[in-house]
Amino acid sequence: MAVKQRIRRSMIFLNTQRAALVKDAFVYHPDCVIFDLEDAVAENEKDSARIQLYQTLKQLDYQGVERWVRVNALDSDLINEDIRAAVAGGAEGIRLPKTETAAEVKAAAQKIEAAEKEFGRTVGQTMLMAALESPLGIMNAYEIATADDRMMGIALSAGDYTRTMHAKRTVAGTELFGARSQMLIAARAAGVMAFDTVYTDTDNEEGFKEELRLIKNMGFDGKSCINPKQIGITHEIFNPSEQEIQHAEHVMEAVQDSKDNGVGVLTVDGKMVDIAWVEGAERTLKLAKAAGIYEGELV
Amino acid sequence: MINSVGRDIPDEYLKNGVEPFQGIYYRDGYTYPKAAPKVSAYVKPTGDKMIASIRGAIIASGLKDGMTISFHHHLRDGDYVVNMVMKEIHQLGIKDLTVCASSLGKAHSYLVPCIEDGTVTGISTSGIRDEIGEVVSEGKLKNPAVIRSHGGRARAIEDGTVKIDVAFIGASTSDAFGNASGKGGQSDTGVLAYADGDAKYANKVVVITDTIVDVPNFPASIKGVDVDYVVKVDSIGDPTKIATGALRLTTDTRELDMAKEVAKCMYYSGYFKDGFSFQTGAGGPSLATTTFLKQYMEQDHITCGWAMGGVTEPIVNLFNEGYIKTVLDDQSFDLAAVASANEGRHFEISASQYANPFNKGAFVNQLNFVILGALEIDTDFNVNVVQGSNGVLRGAPGGHPDTAAGADVSIIVAPLIRSRMPTVRDQVTSVTTPGESIDVVVTDYGVAVNPKRQDLLKAFRQTNIALKSIEELRDLAYQYTGKPAPVEFDDQVVALVEYRDGTIIDTIRKPKSLN
Amino acid sequence: MKITTQAVAGTVESSDAQVMISPSQSDLKIDLDSSVYDQYGQHIIALVKETLKDLDVEGGEVKIIDKGALDCTIKARLQTAVYRAIGKKSDLPWEVL
Repeated sequence: MAVKQRIRRSMIFLNTQRAALVKDAFVYHPDCVIFDLEDAVAENEKDSARIQLYQTLKQLDYQGVERWVRVNALDSDLINEDIRAAVAGGAEGIRLPKTETAAEVKAAAQKIEAAEKEFGRTVGQTMLMAALESPLGIMNAYEIATADDRMMGIALSAGDYTRTMHAKRTVAGTELFGARSQMLIAARAAGVMAFDTVYTDTDNEEGFKEELRLIKNMGFDGKSCINPKQIGITHEIFNPSEQEIQHAEHVMEAVQDSKDNGVGVLTVDGKMVDIAWVEGAERTLKLAKAAGIYEGELV
Repeated sequence: MINSVGRDIPDEYLKNGVEPFQGIYYRDGYTYPKAAPKVSAYVKPTGDKMIASIRGAIIASGLKDGMTISFHHHLRDGDYVVNMVMKEIHQLGIKDLTVCASSLGKAHSYLVPCIEDGTVTGISTSGIRDEIGEVVSEGKLKNPAVIRSHGGRARAIEDGTVKIDVAFIGASTSDAFGNASGKGGQSDTGVLAYADGDAKYANKVVVITDTIVDVPNFPASIKGVDVDYVVKVDSIGDPTKIATGALRLTTDTRELDMAKEVAKCMYYSGYFKDGFSFQTGAGGPSLATTTFLKQYMEQDHITCGWAMGGVTEPIVNLFNEGYIKTVLDDQSFDLAAVASANEGRHFEISASQYANPFNKGAFVNQLNFVILGALEIDTDFNVNVVQGSNGVLRGAPGGHPDTAAGADVSIIVAPLIRSRMPTVRDQVTSVTTPGESIDVVVTDYGVAVNPKRQDLLKAFRQTNIALKSIEELRDLAYQYTGKPAPVEFDDQVVALVEYRDGTIIDTIRKPKSLN
Repeated sequence: MKITTQAVAGTVESSDAQVMISPSQSDLKIDLDSSVYDQYGQHIIALVKETLKDLDVEGGEVKIIDKGALDCTIKARLQTAVYRAIGKKSDLPWEVL
């Protein structure tokens, strides 16, 4: 069954053509894998990758790691078969590339529904996420995010976006501020998750950490990864620190206390606390619990 | 007779006091006379010991049919000495020799024709791989090969199980009287640890070098008082293949993740204290453990008392940075280790000091940790590092059984599945190291602790180490690979795996696929 | 189903298998070269036969170079080769693959 809200700090792209890559990528403990049928797969190997995808979905126990499939673009003649294979294999979700309008999401959703019916799967069990890769996609982010019930989230894909914006990729990511902000606002307004673009300089661990801190502070739920070594680092940054967990616990306890004793003003660790912080504290503890670093009973 | 790891050892190999394996400390307290060599005294000063050629030295040594000769493997894949000596022996027509080598590999391929025509009819070695592994697996060696660990070989020489008639010792430098060392020449090996027993216990000792230096060549690993003849040749080896260049630390995420888990196991084991000692192999995840150990040492403000083993650049770096106080070196694996050997507190130790179970306490007995690899591991934690899963000989015990028996915590690190081959399985093809001496198995799918180590289990349960039972690891492996069909073997025994104490832990038969 | 043209799928990378399928007058002929032959050879041959039977392939010559691929990959490469040989690229009957 589709679980829209869950921990998705890391989503790693796997070239589905490569048997050695897809056979046990779960050992890196990503939250999600994305079996790629699109850019990573050579044009003349699309058929082979698709069959490998189906057999992998069907036969390999991915140990609880969520399995997504990046299909080819809506205007390609490959997407129908991509979706049929993914749905028949039982993928948890489809990632639609180069999404620019709500209509495209609806079209993809129809194809998914048709496949679910064809292969006897529960209608609605396959989730959708849309990759926004152009200025138009960013402008339409909210409509895209709300276009269909299957929508789990939206993801930024910076390569094409930067090019069409006439921008230059910078280390600080200045050129992406607009897109990231607008996309996040849309995602939150629509109640779906938001994922940041890939970081391609796989040898630059410090730069990658910088970017992770930035997007975490902005409010992103997770990051697309291209190399297994990025998974551990992503989790390390996204996981709440011990201090954050402690503070969140104190906030939650103070709230309980104030409810029990009718105290009006909340103070935590010697500071006044706004009631609006409670939601954040709860989210921190939930994330910590899902990440396996918090075993308390407060959430 | 079925030995204590459940292996059937045919009675014909259990004669003349040879016993089946009966537990890792079965021979604790064993008393025996050491096997002294027969020495020809040099009473009269006769000038130097130089002999013009290898052939001349062979003749002078009195080598005859049926004798035992020995070699060491410090020159590794760059070794010219074994082939040079074997060619001369072959031409001289001497037959039925037993070769007692510390290890054999790619560089020693001239043994293959020697095996095929009966020049060599017996082999005792740690490593047995490549062409020699194949020819022995095919059953072409007249007598079964004897696979011995480094400590086991030192023991066999000292207790007289092996009597070396002539030792041929390749040395980087020597003076004209046989004081020889692994430093200062054109083909440096750093140390000559494995040749120590050969020099002291062989009846005749020949040093072969390409660099003669002034007397005395001190410090000398091989002492001139033990040497009969010195031969100078053009080159004893190819330096580029003796020590590899800088052994790079792995960048593979899977191996790094496993290494991190190993370091975590060490950290939480209860033995990670100031002055601790460890040994780690040169394999990807084993070596990478050093990176994470360094982080833990920094974090807890402690240092390592000593590190031992095949020494590599990452160990030398930790030593130079002050994280490791002393290095004990029985083999220098790369150029950095060769350069550092015998400098400051980086000391050479002999194979006997390193791992011999029959002296008065080898260094392995004082190890806190050892990190080792494995080809196969069974659900009793028995490990195979000698025989491929297809039955062909392709590995080496090295110091595996020795360090595992000695260390407080012995950790195996290996991927659970190699291509399709499950590492953890119902049965290993043959046992090299008994499960009794293995404490922890770290794989990319989880960590298993030997149930006899409840202390470690208890400690690890408080951490996020991904604990599984060994049976769960096997089941996981089989879930993906399917259960492997048993390899079929002929009756012919091609090798005996001798445990370090001289008992027989397993026999290796000829795989039917080689018929 | 009859194999009328030759087709190849897969690679000889570790954990992959390369499958070549060719037309043949006689019955099914399987030639397996596997790095794990001793442990999995018979299993793989049975898997190949079963997979081809499920696709209704009767005759043909199948040559496999296996580098320790898992069953899912061997099956996928074989099915790819068959569909390539008959020139079918879409509307695959996924539920039976």
